[in-house]
Amino acid sequence: MKGILGKKVGMTQIFDERGEAIPVTVIEAGPCWVTQVKTVERDGYSAVQLGFEEAKLTRLTRGQLGHLGLLKVDEAHPRRRMLENPVPPLRYLREFRVKPEEVPSEGEQITVDVFEVGDRVDVVGTSKGRGFAGVIKRHNFRRQPKTHGQSDRERAPGSIGATTTPGRVWKGTRMAGRMGGRRVTAQNLEVVLVDPERNLLAVRGAVPGPRGGLVMVKRARKQG
Amino acid sequence: MNLVESLNRQLERNPNIPDLQPGDTVRVHARIVEGDRERVQVFQGTVIRVRGGGAGANFTVRRIAAHGIGVERTFPLYSPRVEKVEVTRRAKVRRARLYFLRQRRGKAARLKEKRTR
Repeated sequence: MKGILGKKVGMTQIFDERGEAIPVTVIEAGPCWVTQVKTVERDGYSAVQLGFEEAKLTRLTRGQLGHLGLLKVDEAHPRRRMLENPVPPLRYLREFRVKPEEVPSEGEQITVDVFEVGDRVDVVGTSKGRGFAGVIKRHNFRRQPKTHGQSDRERAPGSIGATTTPGRVWKGTRMAGRMGGRRVTAQNLEVVLVDPERNLLAVRGAVPGPRGGLVMVKRARKQG
Repeated sequence: MNLVESLNRQLERNPNIPDLQPGDTVRVHARIVEGDRERVQVFQGTVIRVRGGGAGANFTVRRIAAHGIGVERTFPLYSPRVEKVEVTRRAKVRRARLYFLRQRRGKAARLKEKRTR
């Protein structure tokens, strides 16, 4: 399967063989473990749950430990979950949709070498939270004049609708509000570098989220 | 040391660029790619700044072109497109960024040569 979890490390640039500078985002990706396989027969769809970043045993709840097959199975608890291959305690779990023929087995390890240089990938992350943002930052509205008798209106949104007809504000009118902090996908990024030794992946361009943020890297949905 | 730093460190600084100081007079042999042709262009002038920043490190060279027009070009320190840099003269300067040269022309824009033992 082509998919992995990682942490955004930061951006830098790399020069290609033609001497062209490529802006890249470095991602520390994997190693990940397959913590659960979902099948069409049992779950109605085919997917793989990956776990990333080893954590201290005490950082996980009993529920999480049980799910990862880390609680002892004995006479008192015969139905506890066990994976084919044991996995370490993992901090993050995320699900990837995978075609049934590509599904790995539970407990299997996934590393960056599932990707190669030149692959096209989508990177999913949580964008930086901007808090309650005004209409200029949030919807790229234009500023009003600073002069000509204006005061206190530079960053105001202006009119938000007509008068008696329709007598209300249209649904979906762009206004100030919470911005960022939601799931964002950067599509069709080129893999520029794969370093299996240090679990590093570099993709061309920017990736959503802060440095240190969790990202999912998977095969691009729309290639080309 | 974070991972980007370690990645940067592994990138090789262009070996044809010597250590540069602001105030140096240099001849930069830059490879110019035009479509699929390549040629080398020489840019001679004074280094007015050297910026760090890992793989993005660069330096700026200022020269006076025809009709007294100042021209500045910035070259990346890690770019393989810089063929060679010759330092022809080192000047004694007291600051890292020689932006004051932009305000000066002719005789006033000279720099004192650094005396080396």
